[in-house]
Formats: sequence, structure tokens, C-alpha cells
Amino acid sequence: MAGNSTYVPATGFTRWLDKRLPILRLTHDTVSTFPTPRNLNIWYTFGGILTFCLGVQIVTGVVLAMHYVASADLAFNSVEGGIMREVNYGWLIRILHANGASMFFLAVYIHMFRGVYYGSYKEPREMIWILGVLIYLLMMATAFFGYVLPWGQMSFWGATVITSLFSALDQVIPHLGTAITTWLWGDFAVGDATLNRFFSLHYLLPFAIAAVVGLHIWALHIPGNNNPLGIDVKGPQDTVPFHPYYTAKDAFYLALFMILFAAFVFYAPDFFGNPDNSIQANPLVTPTDIVPEWYLLPYYAMLRSVPQKLIGVLVLLGSLVTLFLIPWLDSSKVRSCRFRPLMKQCFWVFALDCVLLGYVGSQSADAVLNLGGMQLPLVWLARAGTAYYFAYFWVLMPLVGRIERTKALPESIAKSVLGTAGERI
Amino acid sequence: MATAIKPEPTRRDFLYIATGAVGAVGTAFTAWPFIDQMNPTSAVLALASIEVDLASVQPGQQVVFKWRGHPLFVRRRTPKEIAEARAVAVTDLIDPLARNANLPDSAPATDANREFKPEWLVLLGVCTHLGCTPTVSTPQSPQGDYGGWLCHCHGSQYDTSGRVRKGPAPQNLAVPPYSFMSDTKIKVG
Repeated sequence: MAGNSTYVPATGFTRWLDKRLPILRLTHDTVSTFPTPRNLNIWYTFGGILTFCLGVQIVTGVVLAMHYVASADLAFNSVEGGIMREVNYGWLIRILHANGASMFFLAVYIHMFRGVYYGSYKEPREMIWILGVLIYLLMMATAFFGYVLPWGQMSFWGATVITSLFSALDQVIPHLGTAITTWLWGDFAVGDATLNRFFSLHYLLPFAIAAVVGLHIWALHIPGNNNPLGIDVKGPQDTVPFHPYYTAKDAFYLALFMILFAAFVFYAPDFFGNPDNSIQANPLVTPTDIVPEWYLLPYYAMLRSVPQKLIGVLVLLGSLVTLFLIPWLDSSKVRSCRFRPLMKQCFWVFALDCVLLGYVGSQSADAVLNLGGMQLPLVWLARAGTAYYFAYFWVLMPLVGRIERTKALPESIAKSVLGTAGERI
Repeated sequence: MATAIKPEPTRRDFLYIATGAVGAVGTAFTAWPFIDQMNPTSAVLALASIEVDLASVQPGQQVVFKWRGHPLFVRRRTPKEIAEARAVAVTDLIDPLARNANLPDSAPATDANREFKPEWLVLLGVCTHLGCTPTVSTPQSPQGDYGGWLCHCHGSQYDTSGRVRKGPAPQNLAVPPYSFMSDTKIKVG
């Protein structure tokens, strides 16, 4: 942690460098010797995995930009013809980039659910959480801009639907929403101007993400990691140095994650894709079913669950803004759900709720579920799911912390991990 | 201090405020070109009107043209469709306004206010919810309950006058500015 560096430069050069740019000292203190709780489990390896994902997206993305043409007439062909069929290994790099986005979101969702389960957003780690939500929003924006670039049918109509969310402002101040969508599009509809600015922003935002990741990690290094027990580190007996203990653990799980990634890339490259996006954008024909990428489906279901445009958009916005506030919505003094029997159940219902909303979002707007002769319109499932999503944060988080009897917390991390041996360390 | 004396403004205070004000105004003036460059260019604005030939459109048929990057619906309505549209009371509508660029903003959404000639309905094919293109309803392939259009994206429905009858769309399909140049030709935009 801050202020107790143990770095000793070993050579003449590193002594010289340390006086001028103490970058090796920074690396030593924040990576090598950084005291880390000794009980971090598999779910704590996703921070490293996410850094890897960001790196993959930037490297493959920079390469793809060398072959891509941001033009409504040429974009589709430069991707499907040029990159996929003519550029050496273009197919591989594009498939890595497209599936990399899905892997990135898979990892970020695990990372976020882990944070919620172990109460990692709680005091004193609020800033880590807030910066994390900011990264998540930037990721969604980047992914959205990126999905438009191949200029397929789903690219085009996804861009139309998402940018049209702003037209809901017409219901607040007449013509304001239309003025904003025209401004966003640079035209009266999504077109060439829109594609070019989305390409520019898609290239820019990953570097903004990298910057906020830097802040996220900086904020993490002030209090240090939370842990599955959610109790504070009480002394050196509770920690191990980050290197080699967690560099090795992170590397192992990263390798497993890369196997999963490679399995999609080489055996199911179109698993996450939508067949409609293999058809070039046509501004006159909307595909029968518009669906966003899987990682945005729960929000899409919430948007569609409301039959009124402005309120639907506000619900969507509210579901995201809520995430920033949870450090203050959760009233419990105990961080980890391991010791919160009631909250643990609420959490798992919440996790299922997100999956349910994702399923509903993937189905068409007027779909009906046939449950043994009973006809259940999916929109009602979406409404129930949306209600629970908000209730989890705004009702259960404040309430459960006040009424639940938490289990006894262990005395220390060392004792919990090592039993009585922990006392001898 | 026992008595709070408001200090006299000094030359320095004045300079601080004046400098700050000039800086703020300067920033705003500098920001504007960077904001306004996002709006449609003069080349985009120049392509804003088209002429449409109606001669080939059969009764009961809809033909789609492209105007300002959007689909433009031209529907030649059958007498039955016209009668259905005219039978609806404005008070039963979700959006009571005509949304006709050729009429004042306050014109009510009667069927007569939605077109120049009852047979010809000219609309922007842009769902007023989130901009998808609604699918036309025909007797052979009905879409929704109102005989007009159904938007598959989020389930909005429109009647044979293009007026919204089922949400989430908040407004009737827009009637673009257009005029009849002859009996079989219109100019849109």
C-alpha cells in the first residue's frame, strides 16, 4: 500500500533511473510486493483476465482499422470481402475481435457479480466500484459503435434504434429529441456521416477505457483487495505478495479462459453473431426481429417492457444510473454474502433475473410463452423481471441489511484459511 | 472578527472576474464549431427533395421510395380502408394531432387531415418509437389489428391512416411536406 516502498535498486542503471523516473519502484510496489489477501478465489482472477481482453481488443482493432473502410458504400465489402477473404489472416483477426467483445463482457459480468456478492463496492472501496461502472458504460458504448462498423442489417438498425432513444426527448421539449438525433447522425437518418463518426469514436474510446482502468487499479491499491470473507486485512499474516502468488494464479485461470476463447474463435466463430448482419445494410427494410448483442439483452428487455416511449427510455437509463449508487443503497455493515443468508438468496434471484431478462430480450416483442396450455405473454415476464431488478437495488439492499441476522464473522483471514495454525504465523 | 465587514471590491477582483468571463465566453465560442460540425452538411441538406411517379401504384398497394435516407410509404388505399380510417373518432386516438407537415402543428388527426386526396396516403416509413420500418398490412398478409402497419421491433400498430393505435410509439406516422404536381406525380420535400 501507499508509502512503504521496499524497492532497492540493484544496479547502477536502476539507481540512476530510480532518481529520475521511479517506474521500476512503482511496478515493484504495486505488482511484485503488493500485499494481497491470501484467500482470494477463482472469481478474483477476472481483473487480470479483463486487462488481457482489453489488450486483445486494442491490438486486433488497430490491425483491423488498417484494412477497414468507413464508408456506407464500401464498409460492408471491406469487412466481408477484404478482411474476411483477402487480407492474410484477416478472418482470424476479425473473429478474434468480434468474439473478443463477447469474452470481454462475459468476464466483466463475472467480475461485477463477484463484486456485488462479496460486497466489494462497500466502504472504503466506493470509488473502485464507481470507476468500474464507468468502465462498463464505456465498454457498452464502444461495443455499440463497433457493432455498427461492418454495416450489416443489424448494424444499421441497431444504430437506428439506439440513437432514436434520444428522440424520446421530443416528449419533454418538442423538437429537441429530433434535433439531437439529427446532430448524432449528421443526416436525417443513419448514414455515411454516422458511420464515420462511430468509427472515430470506436477507435478513441478503448484508450479512454484504458485510462479509467488505470484509475480503477490506482483506487484499488489504496485500501487493497476485498476478499471472499469481506473482512479487513489485520496484518501481514493475512496477506501474501501479489507476485508470485497471484501472478501465478491469474496466469493459470487466464490460460483456461483463453482455451474457452479459442474454442469459440476456432469452432464456433459465429456463435454470438446474428445472421442478419451478413446482409448489407438496407435503410428501407427492417429485419423482422431486431436484437442487440447478448450482453445488452437484459437492458433491451427492460426498455421493451414499458409500453410508453419516454418512460421506457427512463427505465433503461435508471437501470444503469442505479449501479453507481449501490455503495449507498446497501445498508449492511457486513460485506460478504457468505455471512448474509437472506441477501445471498436475494442475490441469486437477482442473477437469475438478469438471465431471465436476457432471455426475454432475445425473443420478439409480442412473443408468448406456452406453459402447459397457459399462454404467458413474455412482456409480463419482462415487467416482473424489471420490477425485481429495481427492487433488488432500491428495496432489498436498503432493507435486508437492517433486518437480517448475519452469521458470525471469522476473527481473521489467516485463521479462517489456516485454522489454529493461523495463530502461529 | 467581531464585525463582518464586507471588503471593498478591488482592482484585482475585477480583473479576476473579467478574465474568467472572457475565458468562459471564449471557450463557448471555440466549442461551438466542434459541436456544430456534427450537424448535416450542406451536401446532405441539398439532396432533400424527390419526385415520385404514382402511375404504377395499384389500389391496395404500397410502394416504398427513399427520401432523406428514410423509407417513404406511398399507399393507394381501397375504399374500404378509407372508410375504416374515417370511421375512427379523434378522441379514440393515442396521438390526437395530424402530424402533417403541410398543415399547422395543431391540426387534429382526422383522416382528412392526413392526406390531400383520400386515395393517396404519403407517409414517412419511420416508426415514431425507435425508428424501425413498419410492415404494411394487406388482406392477404394482415399485420396487427388495425389494417395499417405493424412495427416488428417493439410491437407498435398503426391504422389505415398511419395513426398509432397501440404503443409504445407515441406519435402518428409523420406526413412529409409534399404536393401534387399533376394527378400522377408528387414532389416530396
